[in-house]
Amino acid sequence: MKFAILINSAPFTYQASDTAYQFCQAALKKGHVIHRVFFYHDAVYIGSNLLCPPQDEPNPSARWQTLARQHGFDLAICIAAALKRGILNEQEAKRYGKLSDNLAPEFKIVGLGQLVEACLSADRLMEFGG
Amino acid sequence: MKKILFIQRRPPYGTGFAKEALDAILMASAFEQEISLVFTDDGIWQLKTQQDTQAVGLKNFSPTFKALGLYEVKQIYVERLALEQRGLQLQDLSIPVTLLTTEQLRLLIQQHDVILSF
Repeated sequence: MKFAILINSAPFTYQASDTAYQFCQAALKKGHVIHRVFFYHDAVYIGSNLLCPPQDEPNPSARWQTLARQHGFDLAICIAAALKRGILNEQEAKRYGKLSDNLAPEFKIVGLGQLVEACLSADRLMEFGG
Repeated sequence: MKKILFIQRRPPYGTGFAKEALDAILMASAFEQEISLVFTDDGIWQLKTQQDTQAVGLKNFSPTFKALGLYEVKQIYVERLALEQRGLQLQDLSIPVTLLTTEQLRLLIQQHDVILSF
């Protein structure tokens, strides 16, 4: 089965994105396909390249990137939700005259249309948090 | 074509969910799918007439709901129980809606391919 994943909750404060990660791991292990993980609302913070959790705790940004690289799925961040929360790629940082960007390399800043497209392309949407 | 149901459960202010969810509804309506929208729990408050956000310094986004008809979101529902629990009536809501019993809401969810709940 082909899954689209929607995550709405901030990392650390809520467990939802950890549960989503574990769901994806389990689904992939069973031979299912993850089409796209879409990060919305406060979940956009997971796309930050600057997360520095304590060393004995998982780094959500890093482990999503590893999983996405291994299995070839998209990590998509909602542009409207990201910009207002200060998650910027190089292009947006330039556009808004900011000194630096902070989007982790495997993540892409995309429009909300990519969420709708994921819902239409996948067999099932799984929503976590919110 | 897929049947997409948006479930609005949150109050309009207090969290940012309602406003960002509305962006997703408007975007989905551009994809020529069958879009339905249901308000339940504290999501009912999103439709309350006469919202005035000046004192809290937030943007009042409730006028956007009146434009939903233009965006091809034709089916708009409210769960009757949630409305009654909050002491509200249909005339307190800013747009025309269809009332659903809790059982009808359950069936509505069952009849859709994609559920987006905020």
